Amino acid sequence: MLEIKNLHARIAEDETEILRGIDLTVKAGEVHAIMGPNGSGKSTLSYILAGKDDYEVTEGEILFNGENMLDMEPDERAAAGMFLAFQYPIEIPGVATMEFLKTALNAQRKARGEEALSIPDFMKMVKSKAADLNVTMDMLKRPLNVGFSGGEKKRSEILQMALLEPKLCVLDETDSGLDIDALRIVSEGVNKLRSPERAMVVITHYQRLLDHIVPDVVHVLSKGKIVKTGDKDLALELEKNGYADFVNAA
Amino acid sequence: MNASLPIKHTQAETDLIDRFDAAKAHLPGSQVIVGLRDSAVSQIRDKGLPHRRVEEYKYTDLRAYMKSGAPLAGPATLDEVRAILDAQDSYGDLDRYRIVIANGRFMADVSDAPALAGEGVTVTDFSEALSAETAADLLAQPTTAGLDGVLALNTAFVQGGVLLVVKEGAAVSKPVEVVHVGTGSGALVTRSKITVSKGASLRVLETFAGDTGNGEINAVFDYHVADGAKVAATRLIAGDADPARLFTTIATIGAEAEFKSLGFIAGPSFVRNQQFVNFTGEHSEAKIYGVSMARGEGVADQTLIVDHAVPHCNSREFFKTVLDDRARGVYQGRINVAPHAQKTDGEMMTQALLLSEEAEMANKPELEIFADDVICAHGATSGQMDEDLLFYLRARGIPEDEARTLLVLAFLSEAIEEYGEDDVTEGLEARVRDWLAAKN
Ligand SMILES: Nc1ncnc2c1ncn2[C@@H]1O[C@H](COP(=O)(O)OP(=O)(O)OP(=O)(O)O)[C@@H](O)[C@H]1O
Ligand SMILES: [Mg+2]
Repeated sequence: MLEIKNLHARIAEDETEILRGIDLTVKAGEVHAIMGPNGSGKSTLSYILAGKDDYEVTEGEILFNGENMLDMEPDERAAAGMFLAFQYPIEIPGVATMEFLKTALNAQRKARGEEALSIPDFMKMVKSKAADLNVTMDMLKRPLNVGFSGGEKKRSEILQMALLEPKLCVLDETDSGLDIDALRIVSEGVNKLRSPERAMVVITHYQRLLDHIVPDVVHVLSKGKIVKTGDKDLALELEKNGYADFVNAA
Repeated sequence: MNASLPIKHTQAETDLIDRFDAAKAHLPGSQVIVGLRDSAVSQIRDKGLPHRRVEEYKYTDLRAYMKSGAPLAGPATLDEVRAILDAQDSYGDLDRYRIVIANGRFMADVSDAPALAGEGVTVTDFSEALSAETAADLLAQPTTAGLDGVLALNTAFVQGGVLLVVKEGAAVSKPVEVVHVGTGSGALVTRSKITVSKGASLRVLETFAGDTGNGEINAVFDYHVADGAKVAATRLIAGDADPARLFTTIATIGAEAEFKSLGFIAGPSFVRNQQFVNFTGEHSEAKIYGVSMARGEGVADQTLIVDHAVPHCNSREFFKTVLDDRARGVYQGRINVAPHAQKTDGEMMTQALLLSEEAEMANKPELEIFADDVICAHGATSGQMDEDLLFYLRARGIPEDEARTLLVLAFLSEAIEEYGEDDVTEGLEARVRDWLAAKN
């Protein structure tokens, strides 16, 4: 599904190097967790996957289902099945959430040569998925993310993911800002999307999330490199001992 | 001391003076109107067209812009007008009454005067009313306008328009579209007076269809909102005409009354939309909105003066501007609060979205407050499209052009939605999309 080979990237504006040779392969059906200290480059990696042009890839490549992802525009990547649940979902005043969801879904369908969804079909789909995630109709009527609480924003991201049914889900700290119940609801929503055809990369600081969304592989990212890869027990070990062992080794 | 040296006339000024000499004998009006026309032309002769050294026209130099003065449009035929009306779709199939002013003249045959009579609205021809000996007040100028050049041009050349009177207590059920039609044969100069009596309510849609050749449009709408009355006036100026588009709203607002307006500008090369709003009774409210779009070398000017001459009135001004290429946007908004106009609440905001590095916005919100117990605020912002918003939308699969359209619409819709006339929202948003789609 996703193959990242020797990826080096820097901030376009000031040429600061952030990623220094990342290798990561995620197969369909797998869930990979990425952990790592603040500022190690986790969000940068997720933005590069989504196609944000603040970053410049200086070396290496990314293949998404065999295709060169770096050649694709952000909207092309989305239509091909890439989805990033943002660490900090942005507020978009004046764009009603419902309208946005419909535009996004139909734009992706159009790009894939599929018919636009009828309004009743769309409404039915949104309502049932919103109910699963405890997203109220009131939220859907409001402008996208505007005035949403931190947890509501995260739930709104997962609702988008559930609707768009991507192939590759990258979740950047979706657990931060969620209360205990919301964490469970969101995790259930994510787990519902786990399937043999779908891959997930879950960025988190906390073992707690991984109790709910159990990963197949856990990586530690430090200073722009993956310094350790293991199974789910690695997360438990990190929870106990912190990053000191790996960070120093890097 | 007041006598200034004669100015050297531009081609347009020479043409306009010639136009007056040619048209004078045919223009409607009694002796008193002839006198007003003469002095208006003298003003143009002495001072020229308004230009950048006149404070109110600093950013909107009509004298430099107007290269010539086309003749006034002659009468239109019914067939021509019908064809143009059929082709225009400013508000799609919105249920509304229609009043047509074609080539500057009220045209009864295509207007819904009989149906409006049933709703308590009388419709009469402004040009006929001008022939009364007492007609001078039909061309009354707001004191806050000073010697405004656009109003002078209107007085000099006004061809006609309509007089609408809504009787006391009548709530007109559908909006009334006052559509100006040009058949391409020259300038349209009109003035209409809309009187909404005590406790009555009226929604007006001012629209413009067809074209005017090389001629300008100069239209004045003079609203008289009696005690307890309500008016919403939506002015839609779209298309890609080059000749100057000059519009004036005058609103005189009684007690416990409400006047709302939205000036929507999408496309023409040179647009001045000026509004003079005066409170004459207490506990009233004026809400003035503006939505402007310009590209190329275009100029979109929204100018207004809200005069709080009496206490306990609220005014809200909210203007949005989107500019592309080398276009210029102008917002000049002044709130005057007279010394005894205590408890005034005025809130003015102007925001511009610049789609190109070379576009320019002149934001000039001003407060002139002489009372002490008032709440007045103003703000102005101007900035580029937020790349993070754009990226977010694209990351969800929305292609770049569509994402930009969505964000421009979102930006402008804030004003359209706050204006709150729901039945025009769709039509106006469609005009925003048209404007965006017309790029190149
Ligand atoms: N656009 C940018 N401009 C400047 N610096 C940036 C930019 N993007 C990332 N950085 C810097 O790159 C480094 C990596 O940031 P990144 O957000 O990827 O870290 P992270 O691993 O996601 O951290 P956290 O756990 O705190 O979310 C940080 O030092 C950050 O300040
Ligand atoms: Mg991060």
